[in-house]
Amino acid sequence: MTMTPAKVPRELDSPLDGGVGESRRRPDGTLKVTGEFAYSSDLWLEGMLWGVTLRSPHPRARIRSIDVSEALAHPGVEAVLTHEDVPGFKFYGLEHKDQPVLAIDQVRYQGEPVALVAADHPEVARRAAAKIKVDYEVLTPITDARRAAFDPDCEKVHEDGNVVRHQPVIFGGDVAEARAGADVIVSETFEVGIQDQAFLGPESGLAVPGEDGGVDLYVATQWMHSDLWQIAPCLGLPEEKVRMTMAGVGGAFGGREDLSMQIHAAMLAMRTGKPVKIVYNREESFFGHVHRHPARMRYEYGATRDGKLVFAEAEIILDGGAYASSTPNVVGNAASLGVGPYKIPSIRVDAYGVYTNNPPCGAMRGFGAVQACFAYESMMDRMAAALGLDPVTFRQINAAHPGDALATGQVLEHMAPLAEMLGRLKAMPMPPERDAAGHDLRELPGGVSNTTHGEGVRRGVGYGVGIKNICFSEGFDDYSTARVRLSIIGGEPTVLVHTSAAEVGQGLVTLKAQIARSELGVRRVTIAPADNQVGSAGSSSASRQSYMTGGAVKVACEAVRERMFKLFEERLGRPPASLAEAVEHLPEVLGDEVIDETREFHHHRTERMDPVTGQANSHTQLAICVHRAVVDVDVELGLVKVVELAAVQDVGKIMNPLSLEGQIHGGTAQGLGLALMEEIVVADGKVRNPSFTDYLIPTILDMPPMRLDILEYADPRAPYGLRGAGEPPTLSSTPAIVAAIRDASGLALTRVPVRPEHIAGSS
Amino acid sequence: MAKINVNVDGVGHEEEVEPRLLLVHFLRDRLGKVGTPVGCDTGNCGACTISMNGKSVKSCSVLAVQADGAHLVTVEGLASNGDRHPLQKAFHEEHGLQCGYCTPGMLMAALDLLKENPDPAEEDIRAGLEGNLCRCTGYVNIVRAVQRAAREMAGERP
Repeated sequence: MTMTPAKVPRELDSPLDGGVGESRRRPDGTLKVTGEFAYSSDLWLEGMLWGVTLRSPHPRARIRSIDVSEALAHPGVEAVLTHEDVPGFKFYGLEHKDQPVLAIDQVRYQGEPVALVAADHPEVARRAAAKIKVDYEVLTPITDARRAAFDPDCEKVHEDGNVVRHQPVIFGGDVAEARAGADVIVSETFEVGIQDQAFLGPESGLAVPGEDGGVDLYVATQWMHSDLWQIAPCLGLPEEKVRMTMAGVGGAFGGREDLSMQIHAAMLAMRTGKPVKIVYNREESFFGHVHRHPARMRYEYGATRDGKLVFAEAEIILDGGAYASSTPNVVGNAASLGVGPYKIPSIRVDAYGVYTNNPPCGAMRGFGAVQACFAYESMMDRMAAALGLDPVTFRQINAAHPGDALATGQVLEHMAPLAEMLGRLKAMPMPPERDAAGHDLRELPGGVSNTTHGEGVRRGVGYGVGIKNICFSEGFDDYSTARVRLSIIGGEPTVLVHTSAAEVGQGLVTLKAQIARSELGVRRVTIAPADNQVGSAGSSSASRQSYMTGGAVKVACEAVRERMFKLFEERLGRPPASLAEAVEHLPEVLGDEVIDETREFHHHRTERMDPVTGQANSHTQLAICVHRAVVDVDVELGLVKVVELAAVQDVGKIMNPLSLEGQIHGGTAQGLGLALMEEIVVADGKVRNPSFTDYLIPTILDMPPMRLDILEYADPRAPYGLRGAGEPPTLSSTPAIVAAIRDASGLALTRVPVRPEHIAGSS
Repeated sequence: MAKINVNVDGVGHEEEVEPRLLLVHFLRDRLGKVGTPVGCDTGNCGACTISMNGKSVKSCSVLAVQADGAHLVTVEGLASNGDRHPLQKAFHEEHGLQCGYCTPGMLMAALDLLKENPDPAEEDIRAGLEGNLCRCTGYVNIVRAVQRAAREMAGERP
């Protein structure tokens, strides 16, 4: 008999009304406000063991030997495993299978998993892990991404070279010729620090050995099938023997797209024959997932005196750290969107993703596009200033509009004109001026720390524009699967929606119910827990689930509706006059029968980028958000208070107003974090601040109120005309805030996060 | 080992605990009260906030032995007689949560805040919830939710 743990996800009842377009409440909301929602850290089985991971303290070292004998002899320990115990293929990875399940002969980053321990208590397991003797020959880490990419004498992180991907984009006329015709040329080098997803629920999960030699895995992830495709070969199991169930996810933001404890817990469970739970603490979480790529970006722009850009040249170097993860796609985004949604006659972009011994980097909200956005928007401000133009006017002059091509030649279609979005943003009311006399300390930078009474405080205003690709790009056949079942329960028509899509907080569970209700006219909708008993839904990333799983639920509902209408006609001898009539007669028409339909939804095909020119219709859909930031800066102390953020975003169709606003607020806040405080500080390959004491994320005092103007320019190819919305606000809020600080301080500020010492001049 | 007596969500418990055991682990691992999550281990995130003798505390920063004789309320005890607390309803209605991991702590911190100040201005809500991190919402809908709950608790229509 297979054991079922306590605190596994259950079916969610959705509130009884509300279709597409309404601010319906989350079906998981009641559980979440009562403390009953089962997160992966809450999983529990009587008699389960606890697994811990021994990690490398060195960013680069050779492993001479590993001695587990003392750890194995520790009372309470049931297994100690190394790479020799990996039952199947010993490597995994999203794009390249370059990452060992457990280190083999060498380690390439600080925190790389080396060995595993299972014991009857987590503290016993930790103590035993400390008794594993690993003999390291410590090597000098390769930490300079630029050198790793271009210096032929630089050592290699992996045998086949340090450049994971180089993607050029060449558009329009020759850049050298265009440069000769420019009246004004500006150039600058920008840097973006390593940002962490900092989801609040650390990695955790439970593996339960099955009687068939397989394993049941309860994990918090973003894409269950991608996990499965990586896990099964490493365990030496066919996919059907790895049964996966989504446990409650405490936020993701890209950080759960790669595997963390999945294979490790399964190996320990298979070895011991007992359920094994692994829970990372916050410090381990900083080492347990990939981060946002840090970037070094050299840009040069030329323009004519009347304000028209004539060329743009950019070199973008993204440090992917020790393993590839999603670096190839990050490079694709940075290259294709490297100069933003502007019409520029000559463009040359070179984007590189590089291996180093720094922390591995991969997916985080807006990947690739976020880094480039900080650079190209900073360049737009720089050029506007050089030309003596208002930054909004300069952007409006150069804005690419529907019908215009991006750097890859892909033409913008079915979206709001950028110039109009900027006009609306600029016209939004401004927050009140700071009250210089009798001011409230809480309204000043530094707040109640009483660091100023306003003497050195200056107000600044800045604007930012960002463009993000929605869904997977570059020829990937992206799809999602939905199963929809209609039956009569207790005399009432009831719909069950079943997908494997990850609800990570974004509100997909709400949307699935809204779509089912709209398409089938049925009030009672239940959402089944996500598991791999239904086909892949793809990842909860790239702002794609409303489009893709929303689309799959819609087409599955349409198939159910068609059968419902047919049955009606068969039984009553005429077609129903309306959906409402069909639903009204359902109890008699359907009786004990069940209509059960599963459908896949694919988006239209995209193309691979040309390896030499980057030209291609590589993106499924594009989305723009624009931000205005108003800040108060204490220019003497370097403290910043963001007074207000305003945003205009085109979402195609508002599916759930409050839920959408929450996405825009939350995405904006993460951009604010990158602008002002968030960075994993690395020295010689070692992380210096793996805690929430030292890695700061915005508090409720850091994040200001927001003004939103949401536009609906429908995309006819997308379900309901919707446009993915989760990522674009994370792009544009960062450059807007930095532009506002520049406006207040007069400083150049070429690096994010902007630290107090960058403003106060103490560094 | 030390013996402690605590009342958690209306139920008395007498337990032997190690003096170093943190209150949050006592709640989660000994009593099975996993509605109170652990987010950071360092007292920064506030996800584990509960009410101790009517005051909000981060239960990762309190030892179980310090709770001897205390009345504790966790998110699991916030509803009374099956009726969800106005704060619980408001966070649901106003989309004051996404992944929900911070929500138990937010609710318990907001409960204390509204006890001290039943009619808080936006600035008061922000100052009162400064010790609780949320990574999903950008806090705007959390402010709305607390305002809505305050109105309902004052007997106004939400």
